[in-house]
Amino acid sequence: MILLEDVYFAYDGLYTALQGVSLQIDDGERIAIMGSNGAGKTTLVKHLNGLLRPDSGRVILDGVDTKHYSVAELAREIGLVMQNPDHQLFLESVEREILFSLENLGYSKEEAKPRCEETLSNLGLEGFSERSPFTLSGGERKRVALASVLATEPRVLSLDEPTIGQDARQKKNLAGMLAELNQKGKTVIVVTHDIEFVIENFPRTITMANGRIVADGPTNSVLSNNDVIERCSLTRPQLTETARHLHNVFPEVPERLTLMDDLEEVVVKVLGGV
Amino acid sequence: MPLIEFHDFSFKYLGAESLALRKVDLQVETGEYVVITGPSGCGKTTLCRAINGLVPQFHRGYIAGNVVIDGKNTRESNVAELATVAGLVFQQPENQLVTLNVEREIAFGPENLGVDPDEVRRRVEELIEMLDLEHLREKHPHEMSGGEQQRVAMAATLALKPKILVADEPTSNLDPQSAETILDLIADLNRRDMTVVLVEHRLDLVSKDASRVVLMDKGSIVADGEPREVLTMDICEEIGVGIPKATQLYKRLKERGITLGDVPLTGSELATLVQEVKIR
Repeated sequence: MILLEDVYFAYDGLYTALQGVSLQIDDGERIAIMGSNGAGKTTLVKHLNGLLRPDSGRVILDGVDTKHYSVAELAREIGLVMQNPDHQLFLESVEREILFSLENLGYSKEEAKPRCEETLSNLGLEGFSERSPFTLSGGERKRVALASVLATEPRVLSLDEPTIGQDARQKKNLAGMLAELNQKGKTVIVVTHDIEFVIENFPRTITMANGRIVADGPTNSVLSNNDVIERCSLTRPQLTETARHLHNVFPEVPERLTLMDDLEEVVVKVLGGV
Repeated sequence: MPLIEFHDFSFKYLGAESLALRKVDLQVETGEYVVITGPSGCGKTTLCRAINGLVPQFHRGYIAGNVVIDGKNTRESNVAELATVAGLVFQQPENQLVTLNVEREIAFGPENLGVDPDEVRRRVEELIEMLDLEHLREKHPHEMSGGEQQRVAMAATLALKPKILVADEPTSNLDPQSAETILDLIADLNRRDMTVVLVEHRLDLVSKDASRVVLMDKGSIVADGEPREVLTMDICEEIGVGIPKATQLYKRLKERGITLGDVPLTGSELATLVQEVKIR
């Protein structure tokens, strides 16, 4: 379990990025963090693995204040994939990149190789092993950065904007892989602007604005709250928006629908069945 | 004469094994709004670079065929010359911002091309107004939010008075409201006759504004037409392109024997079309 207690953080002691954030993350949760640019989302996840340390307040992992751990120690437990893959990739081949992170965490060469291959194929990167990351497209580089952390299967996975540059199929693959890791008991935390990805894959959503948590709860109720949407620079999910437009014309259509199947049935019913 | 012409154009980056673009034929007329989409790695970014001459002038490699932009063959024109025809906006605005405040940022491009100072000042004022940057005038680009930075980057690109705006996933780092602002702005520029080429995965955000959707896969163009036509093609699902939920619902209803009068791209269009069927 991770506990944040009244965390404050300011870059250069000046620009206050977190202003009293308190939060509990239980093992095995799937959580999305959303909010406007500059709301403090990335700053928050960088506190989980010790890349940033609170100016005041505490970050507690399984009852122990993380100030007692080094970043290297925390990295074994809490993996972070950064937003910009170019800040993370530096080796000459995709395979070296993945093996590097595995070997750093103590995997033997015999263990590392199959794990590397499996992760690459899960992320649609088979055949890319020998390529230099810097000859790949933006979306592909992003997946290499993801693979280098996903391969190590840390207890807690935090991913900063994992869907940028990904097409629908890659997003689905990623969601499938995250679900599988979650099934194995891993905690998954994403920072994202991608509302559809959140609705489909994350039961709990935290929204932020100006360094503070604005809402924290079940995704469906957080993302259908107009006040939260406005304050956190979000927009309504497509299906909710569609349901709202249908509701305006046909009051019998519920305003808050989030599943395609439900919406389909409702429209069929409105039109008097097939 | 089309403003953008790709004639059987292929390109392979130096050291790469496969072609980034293969035999691309594309003609875009003045005033069009073209959305380029397709799986990651399909050649969308390379296509953008080929429009403003970064391919082949900066990114070198194997070339076949020709790209002609506003009558200029990109093999023979330099990047500075093409920058006044096709302006490029990238995903990460901070990679593009180079100066210490908004005014300087907008003036940087035209000053470097030797535009008359009075004219530079006029363009700066015009763009500050058009992109709603007045309150940011004195601010350092790195103190701005992502959405603000992207507006400044667009202003800096537009200061060169390009005929074509090429935007490569300009909103994917932005929160949804900032993304909407940028996309509304692009649609507005297009209504003022700016030709737009936009790379985007999230077709729900852009297909309502676009006049045309070009679908790419493995370096080739695999579909090209009006949004409503392309987004209902089966190839979208085959290559993993995400179509708007309203369009998905249209397809599902059709499979069950319910045909709406037209293909909806948004929730409000869908509601109207359902209402029309009901009345009928």
